[in-house]
Amino acid sequence: MKSGSAFLGYARPDGRIGVRNHVLVVPTVICAAVVAERVAASIAPIGAALPHLAGCGQLGPDMSMTHDTLAAYTRHPNVGAVIVVALGCEQVVAQQLAESARAAGKPAHIVSIQGEGGTVRATARGIEIARELADAAARVERAWCPASALVLSVKCGGSDYTSGLASNPVVGRVADQLVDLGGSVVLGEIAEIMGAEHLLAERATTPAAATRLLRVVNRVEAEAMALGLDIRGTQPSPGNIRGGLTTIEEKSLGATHKAGERTRLVDVVSYAAPVSKPGLTVMDTPGLDVESVTGMVGGGAQVVLFTTGLGTPTGNPIAPVIKITGNARTASTMADNTDIDVSGVLADAESFEAAAGRVFAELVEVASGRPTAAERLGHREFAIHRRNPTF
Amino acid sequence: MNAAIIISVADNVATALEPLDAGRRLRIGDVQITAAEAIPRGHKIALRAIRAGEPVVKYGSSIGSASADIAPGAHVHTHNVASARGRGDLAGQTSREE
Repeated sequence: MKSGSAFLGYARPDGRIGVRNHVLVVPTVICAAVVAERVAASIAPIGAALPHLAGCGQLGPDMSMTHDTLAAYTRHPNVGAVIVVALGCEQVVAQQLAESARAAGKPAHIVSIQGEGGTVRATARGIEIARELADAAARVERAWCPASALVLSVKCGGSDYTSGLASNPVVGRVADQLVDLGGSVVLGEIAEIMGAEHLLAERATTPAAATRLLRVVNRVEAEAMALGLDIRGTQPSPGNIRGGLTTIEEKSLGATHKAGERTRLVDVVSYAAPVSKPGLTVMDTPGLDVESVTGMVGGGAQVVLFTTGLGTPTGNPIAPVIKITGNARTASTMADNTDIDVSGVLADAESFEAAAGRVFAELVEVASGRPTAAERLGHREFAIHRRNPTF
Repeated sequence: MNAAIIISVADNVATALEPLDAGRRLRIGDVQITAAEAIPRGHKIALRAIRAGEPVVKYGSSIGSASADIAPGAHVHTHNVASARGRGDLAGQTSREE
């Protein structure tokens, strides 16, 4: 089983492979978020809370997106056990989230704030359960797993001119290598495919995947245009423009490099929906970093390769996020947020292949347990995409 | 290290890898160009004349169209390039073909 690309992961009862073994503490609704965070903090760093802003006052697809994203995290292979913290009168049903976790073979418990009789009792009960689950989680051992078990999320944020020239092409080579080994890559940020969709559509394995990609990109463009504004108000961002990126097309052409140069587009999925096929999957997420990473991890990505030109701290509650920059100054000024400096490729000091080799080696180490900069700093950003206003 | 980089032979702009002063002469592969004005690091320099309305090409693909005539060596950025995408501000004036 062990080869140069094998990693030490957690084999789950449902057959999926995790790279972390978190005890997930899920608030059903914003009203339960503080209790959930206190319960998770009592077993840091193994405890991971998912504080979010909704769970009630939602209708239709917006409600489904919140519920389905939370449920996806309860099944995630980086999660070993689940505590659902409920208020008691909200729309998201605690029992459904607990059942979702149990269906994936994970122990799951529910703590209700109204049921326990207030914040103090609910927090105490949650901490009691959390300590038992954390003790059990600490006894689970890692085992060698093939790279084909990895679902890799590729993401860029705080982009500048180096992103499209250096870090994204380096990560693209890693994506190519992982897919060659039978693994999966997921690319989100539909707004940042705008202008480069023709290149991805050409690499689709089926006409249906190409058609779905173009339909999703056109829908996002239509949503932006319906506001009667120039998307340049936000895409590229003000920082992107200062960094030399002029239009969304330019940003997209550089951004899509990170999904590989020869990966085939096998699927286009909705937000936080399962990434189930080897090859490249595009997920319908917004460009905003935290919402995008939240969705791709929900889809099953165990690790995120995140390129940045200007530097950014974003992490995730359950998935390690590896920061890669092609900007030598950022590698120095944002050193505590940076995992890998690939600026040598622009200075002719390192080949793209050598840099990609270093990134792949770090990916294997992180998948085997080495903490990332974001994990060391406690960056656990989480935000579920919203489709509609709150009622 | 080169002072600027051209990604595709089809490109009509290069990207400055260091700040370029006005009058700086560059040789990038077979292409010679003199910066007509200061170009900040990471920003683009025109490799040839680009007339208003013509595509600005980087990565071998259009990144938008020139919104004014651009001289060789000029700084190419938001002041002289218009995006063709997500232009709700122009809705009703133009429509994008599939």
